[in-house]
Amino acid sequence: MGRVLTIALGAFRESVRERVLYSLIVFAFLMIGAAILLGSISVGVERLVLVNLGLAAISVFGLLIAIFIGIGLVSKEIERRTVYNILSKPVTRAEFILGKYAGLVLTLLVNTAIMTVGFYVALAIQKRGLGLQDFSLLTAVYFILLELAIVVGVAIFFSCISTSILSAVFTFCIFVIGNFSSDIRGFGQESGSVALQKVTGALYYVLPNFSDFNVINQVAHGVRIPSLLITANTCYALLYITILLSAAVLIFEQREFK
Amino acid sequence: MPAVEIDGLTKDYRVGFWKTRTKRALNSLQLQVEPGEVFGLLGPNGAGKTTTLKILFRLVFPTSGTARILGRRLDDVAVHYSVGYLPEHPYFYDHLTMEELLHYAGRLFGLGKDDLRRRVGRILEQVGLAEFRDLPLRRASKGMVQRAGIAQALINDPAVVFLDEPMTGLDPIGRREVRDLILQLREEKKTVFFSTHILSDAETLCDRVAILNRGHLQGCGELREILSLGVSTTEVILENPGDGVLEDLRPLVVSLIRTGDRVRLEIADEENIEKTLAIALRARVKVAALNPVKVSLEDYFLAKISETEPETAAPAEVHPK
Repeated sequence: MGRVLTIALGAFRESVRERVLYSLIVFAFLMIGAAILLGSISVGVERLVLVNLGLAAISVFGLLIAIFIGIGLVSKEIERRTVYNILSKPVTRAEFILGKYAGLVLTLLVNTAIMTVGFYVALAIQKRGLGLQDFSLLTAVYFILLELAIVVGVAIFFSCISTSILSAVFTFCIFVIGNFSSDIRGFGQESGSVALQKVTGALYYVLPNFSDFNVINQVAHGVRIPSLLITANTCYALLYITILLSAAVLIFEQREFK
Repeated sequence: MPAVEIDGLTKDYRVGFWKTRTKRALNSLQLQVEPGEVFGLLGPNGAGKTTTLKILFRLVFPTSGTARILGRRLDDVAVHYSVGYLPEHPYFYDHLTMEELLHYAGRLFGLGKDDLRRRVGRILEQVGLAEFRDLPLRRASKGMVQRAGIAQALINDPAVVFLDEPMTGLDPIGRREVRDLILQLREEKKTVFFSTHILSDAETLCDRVAILNRGHLQGCGELREILSLGVSTTEVILENPGDGVLEDLRPLVVSLIRTGDRVRLEIADEENIEKTLAIALRARVKVAALNPVKVSLEDYFLAKISETEPETAAPAEVHPK
């Protein structure tokens, strides 16, 4: 456990020292600033615009960080041969993968927390104070984090079998498909083709289903998110991440570093 | 118990676009390294030295054969508590400083804070990086990175240290420092297993060497035995010998090379040396030098390699040492 923590904190430190992280945070704050501006010119729906844009900014920039740092977590270590130094220590390959994963999730947690604070500051400025109902927006932030944790799992999985660039492409594709997986299954059912139905049905179950994680619109309109969905999403994310990391470890165990 | 036991290690890499062909990088390697010795694995590029070390650290897996370090199987990750490893062309997290790198490495061994602080300070001194402890690795020179690599390999006070081409890319001062460091490790009774293609380093440092070429073990033994094997010729240098004298000497010598006024003769046995000297004295030719010719490790190395590679055969002439 100590070794996993050391690798996780090392990965976190590396992310913190990456300039790309800061530029993304700056961009996120610019987005929030833009949301205040747009909200102020949207008479009557200021809060709705601010919440939609602010949470979307947190999600998009979190996704960029998850993909761009996640894809390099393993493949960059192999390409630069830094993995040799780690694996020559008493570290198993599973500990290496888990440590790297935990490090990036920690980075995203801190990053999302900073952006969420910025978002609430923007909300407080606009509304001249915060109400209790504003904190129900945190459910959407929690779902964004769960979604990002799955994306990091996907990125680390591809990072174990491919180069950084291909991993980025694959992860982004999976993210996009995952957001439309229900639509893809619907398309298959309406097509009338049995083969297509089977293919889209299989894709629906195999690929991550992100559609239930996007509740930005609901929380912006003040709709309460049922606790069953929170539990279901949490269990789904944990299960999916466990499967992804297990697959990543199995592949990484067989990997040779020529 | 041997420090390192290698028993029939073979490694085939799949090559080509479809990975259908195989290339043998290592062929039934058989080696044993005893505790406390400095062992050199020698060979030209592509000989299989790095593959051997990578197999020992399970960075690649053998096609067949087994190996043990300190009596433990390679898949027992706990053996890494007792070993240190410097990879070839090491690259470390360059956002870390020298000191942070060593702390990171030490924490992977589960070392406590106080112990780690003491060790880091001592090792930075040992490798000559104490004044650069706060220097980020991305701003360090190649020699400094190499020394940082050796430092991280020593952080756990290992019993066996594996160094893959530790002198590569170093300037003469850097090479001297690394040599001194290896000698210091020998004095501390540590086993050092290092690969190199720089023969003078092996000559200076190794108790025993193994020579690899194209994955085949060409020879293995104590360095002094290898180096004393070839004291079989003698060099005689004559000044201004006449053509008639040279004609008389030609049947007695292995080689005869004229350079300006001097002629260098290489003679294989004692009887011919006596005859050569008698002819020279009789003709009043001055004998400028008379030296036994020792086989250098380089000669041994080239001769061994030529056994598997006739096209790169060792030169006919044996160089004086």
